[in-house]
Amino acid sequence: MSAAAASDALVAVDRLSKHFPVGRGWGRGGRVVRAVDDVSFTIGRRRIVGLVGESGSGKTTVGRTLLRLVEPTSGRVTFDGGDLLALDAARLRAVRRQMQIIFQDPYSSFDPKLTVEAIIAEALTAHAPMPRDERRTRIAALLRRVGLQPEHMARYPYEFSGGQRQRIGIARALAVEPKFIVADECVSALDVSVQAQVLNLLLDLQEELGLTILFIAHDLAVVDYLCDDIVVMYLGKIMEIGPAEQVCGDPKHPYSEALLSAVPVPEPGAARRRIMLSGDLPSPIDVPSGCVFRTRCPYAGDACASDVPPLREVAPGRFSACIKDR
Amino acid sequence: MSAPSESVAALSGARLWAILRQRKAVLLGLAILAAIVLLAVFAPYVTPYEPNRMRISQRMRPPSAQNWFGTDEFGRDIFTRVIYGGRISLLAGALTVLVACVSGTVLGVLAGFFKRIDGVISRIIDAMMAFPDILLAIALVAVLRPSLANVVIALGIVYTPRVARVVRAATLVIRELPFVEAARALGVPTWRIILRHVLRNLASPIIVQGTFVFAYAILAEAGLSFLGTGVSPETPTWGTIIAAGQQYARQADWIMIFPGLAIVLSVLSLQLVGDTLRDILDPKLRKDL
Ligand SMILES: Nc1ncnc2c1ncn2[C@@H]1O[C@H](COP(=O)(O)OP(=O)(O)OP(=O)(O)O)[C@@H](O)[C@H]1O
Ligand SMILES: [Mg+2]
Repeated sequence: MSAAAASDALVAVDRLSKHFPVGRGWGRGGRVVRAVDDVSFTIGRRRIVGLVGESGSGKTTVGRTLLRLVEPTSGRVTFDGGDLLALDAARLRAVRRQMQIIFQDPYSSFDPKLTVEAIIAEALTAHAPMPRDERRTRIAALLRRVGLQPEHMARYPYEFSGGQRQRIGIARALAVEPKFIVADECVSALDVSVQAQVLNLLLDLQEELGLTILFIAHDLAVVDYLCDDIVVMYLGKIMEIGPAEQVCGDPKHPYSEALLSAVPVPEPGAARRRIMLSGDLPSPIDVPSGCVFRTRCPYAGDACASDVPPLREVAPGRFSACIKDR
Repeated sequence: MSAPSESVAALSGARLWAILRQRKAVLLGLAILAAIVLLAVFAPYVTPYEPNRMRISQRMRPPSAQNWFGTDEFGRDIFTRVIYGGRISLLAGALTVLVACVSGTVLGVLAGFFKRIDGVISRIIDAMMAFPDILLAIALVAVLRPSLANVVIALGIVYTPRVARVVRAATLVIRELPFVEAARALGVPTWRIILRHVLRNLASPIIVQGTFVFAYAILAEAGLSFLGTGVSPETPTWGTIIAAGQQYARQADWIMIFPGLAIVLSVLSLQLVGDTLRDILDPKLRKDL
């Protein structure tokens, strides 16, 4: 995750911002939602990076900008050594074979009028036509790979459970043989028992296919289980970056600590410093000056209001955007 | 947002039947429409006379066993003429729906999908909707010369903005749905996304609007004919029959009453069916809006 590792990173995000104008009409008055604000991080090849934060912290927006599903306001995204934002429409389409997204909502992510076969066939034929026989063989193989049966091909998405639909979503994403997958809260709509199955499927696939995954979640427990590295976001900014077990075991940023406090402690005896998130998330239109987290931070002092704290290396491989050393 | 999008696809025959049974009025509407359409289609077999056969001895007879709806000033059978008139009136309505839905859909999808041209299209739509329908239709027919084809073209243009506005609103919703984003992420070309995903999911609002346009078009066609700016007065349509009967309204009101009744029945039935269709098909989009 460090600058040194950036050279072999698959995805490098550099000072990325996405501001959505708010309000309608011509005179928008320049008010914007700072969904993502000056965010930099890298994703190493074949790594699973967790992106965590509360609702509204900008995780989905980061994921969508990485795939250029939304155009960033400023910043750079490098994918596999190439400048993603410089691509014209035709070349972007070609690069899209290499990156895919799995959506949070297993219902609205499929066209309700298409069968599973048509859904996956669309992925297979998005870039080049494929004979029907070969297509069906490939679809059957993909369905088997994600734990479904080839007979499921003829059915419609609404005939499946949430977990099965996420498997269909994974099959669709795998159909173009991507290197990089953004999994946007792809299990948070599912029952806990089903969550584990889908997570294990993702882990298996990652190992087998050598995938690089950006795993978006608001739950640190899931991320701890799955990920190599963690990026913690709050109100469009990165609070902390580091290896998963270290961030979860010894958070450096008060916000990570607060997120962890919300996670049940596995062993009853284990003591953990607990801080609770008090107060509401500030409006992303009027973010606090200085450190955006200071309004809810138990350690905040006067200095926190003046400058935006930069991400700094607080220990080898650990980055935190807090001015206090802890 | 999730459940409703499946509701359309999941709308099985059984559920549809259950909804229809709750609203008995719509069944009546459907039955009336079916009867009117069947009568129009099989007009030569169901009518007792020739539509243009004049029998001066029988002129302006009130409704009777021989002439159910009476006869007009030339002794022509009104029942026969109303049924033949239905052919043209329904045809004009259906063709208007076709024109308005095709052009309205093209404009609406373009405006909804491509932000750059939305401003221009939306403004034209708003400007056209500021005119009363019938005035715009009269002006257009006057420019084009009155004829069946030109009435259809004029009414098609008049109702295009109505369809375009609904299609645009629905497209704005659909283009943000995750399955469209999924297709974009897969690299599916934009034109294919529009043809495959957007149009397919626009079917319901278009059908609903088409039903209403059908009703308006039947009324407007009659209105144009009545004002003498519609199809040629020799062609029997509900509108021309009423227009011709107007001067005998005192002595022979049945000449106007029966074609008028045909208009009222078909328009009301279409509105009834349209309302029900909207309730069945549209909650999906209305909820997302
Ligand atoms: N298309 C958009 N237009 C305007 N504002 C947007 C848009 N997309 C996101 N936002 C705003 O940007 C902020 C970040 O949203 P985002 O969806 O990225 O958060 P998130 O971390 O994914 O949250 P969640 O956990 O709820 O999915 C929110 O305040 C949201 O309202
Ligand atoms: Mg999100």
